Amino acid sequence: MAYGIRLHVWGQHGLFTRPELKVERVSYDVITPSAARGILEAIHWKPAICWVIDSIHVLEPIRFQSIRRNEVGHKAPAGTIKRAVNRGDMQGVQILVDEDRQQRASTVLVGPRYVIEAHFVLTARAEASETEGKHLDIFNRRAAKGQCFHQPCLGAREFAAGFELVPPGAPLPARNAQAETPDLGFGAPRDLGYMLWDIDHAAPGRPSLLFRASLQDGVMEVPQPGSPEVKR
Amino acid sequence: MTTLSRRHDFVLIFEVTNGNPNGDPDAGNLPRLDPETNHGLVTDVSLKRKIRNYVELARTGEAGHHIYVQEGSILNEKHRQAYTALRGEGTGKKEAKLNPKDDTEARELRDWMCRNFFDVRTFGAVMSTGINCGQVKGPVQITFANSVEPVLPMEISITRMAATNEAEQKKRAEGAEESDTRTDNRTMGRKHIVPYGLYFAHGFISAKFAERTGFSEADLDLLFEALANMFEHDRSAARGEMTTRKLIAFRHDSALGNAPAHLLFDRVKIGRNVDGEFRAADDAGLGNLRPARKFSDYMISIDREGLPIGVEILELL
Repeated sequence: MAYGIRLHVWGQHGLFTRPELKVERVSYDVITPSAARGILEAIHWKPAICWVIDSIHVLEPIRFQSIRRNEVGHKAPAGTIKRAVNRGDMQGVQILVDEDRQQRASTVLVGPRYVIEAHFVLTARAEASETEGKHLDIFNRRAAKGQCFHQPCLGAREFAAGFELVPPGAPLPARNAQAETPDLGFGAPRDLGYMLWDIDHAAPGRPSLLFRASLQDGVMEVPQPGSPEVKR
Repeated sequence: MTTLSRRHDFVLIFEVTNGNPNGDPDAGNLPRLDPETNHGLVTDVSLKRKIRNYVELARTGEAGHHIYVQEGSILNEKHRQAYTALRGEGTGKKEAKLNPKDDTEARELRDWMCRNFFDVRTFGAVMSTGINCGQVKGPVQITFANSVEPVLPMEISITRMAATNEAEQKKRAEGAEESDTRTDNRTMGRKHIVPYGLYFAHGFISAKFAERTGFSEADLDLLFEALANMFEHDRSAARGEMTTRKLIAFRHDSALGNAPAHLLFDRVKIGRNVDGEFRAADDAGLGNLRPARKFSDYMISIDREGLPIGVEILELL
């Protein structure tokens, strides 16, 4: 935990899709640990390190909005592309959006703002010469300068995230005073139900891992990898 | 073609006059509104559609500039004809499986798609495969566009001097006592327009993702060309007059960037023009003003002072 970082992130909208409601997408109330990990990885990541989310501070009230969009119904079929590659021409390689239209609503979060507290651990792919300090320095330097591998997003790429490093020792950005409601667990902890913790990319079939999320005084504690709170 | 090696962030400012920039399928095609603030919205996908359409128009048939996500089939047929004429009928082998055999093949398919299709190279695409490699994340990321001030959509009722079918005509004839042939066949419809709205969208171009998809400097120029001209080729009864008014790009010296995007975007200030004086769009005193109805009611200022080292402002329009 000595190598912890804190990152302040915000955006106009956020969409952390619930796996059970993903045709007409409905967002979780709070950013998921896996989405938070994605934000950190957008700033700095190497196969040698693995980000672990410790807690999420929710700084704005939880509000939703519905947006319906025209979307395409299918992914690009690899078979068609393969055939086109073999054949050397482009016949039939396209999606006709007018004929493959689906109108889907998304229930998105409005004006989310969080502080992500996280640390990283070295993985088996780290070389012996790797040091934690190096990666920590790279991350802090990049985050402080606003550098990133790609602009991080809040769940979906159209909802770009602004980010700012909270330097060690500095106070956390102030929470919106109107957010201090039972909705965010002020007074009594608020149960958010089961939430996606992350996807197990190592296991066959890439199963989802879940945990029982709750908000207490605006903070969601995230269980560590391998702890019994992480359910399969 | 050199791939893009520098990060870019951009602000696109466009206007609509007496038109519907982006209908909401949930609200009977009313212009999209943020229900909390009444600011107009235009989705990212709507803007991307126009970029694709522009590239399709401007670069038809050019190698490496095909568009994967297409609208309408007529252009397609043209392509098909062109290819058949050029190369003769294809000798397609039957594919054994729907999914690529392994990572290498998935990568080959992905690279082929990136090479040939401008939109895959720019925005990415998801290819259905069991292997995660079939997904392309494009370097260009665009956010929802917001109007600078709240917009007030108007509903315009319109009539048509004809009926769709006989049954409708009969029904109307029964209803009307004194039959007047002119009104007999009339049907009514509705149009939703925004009298005037100035919208802005933010965009991000990741040089690191450009490296992976082969998005080049030339592609960047084409993207900016498309952003500047896309509305010129998207005229329709619903759109009214739409125009790109300003396109401001921030070019970073490095691939990872030299400054936070939000601080750069903050340098572009859009406010009302009050007798030649800049007033911030959220100035409470603006309520007394007449609503904006033209571009000159607004003022755009770009703060060039103390620009972070390694960041350059490109005013492309």
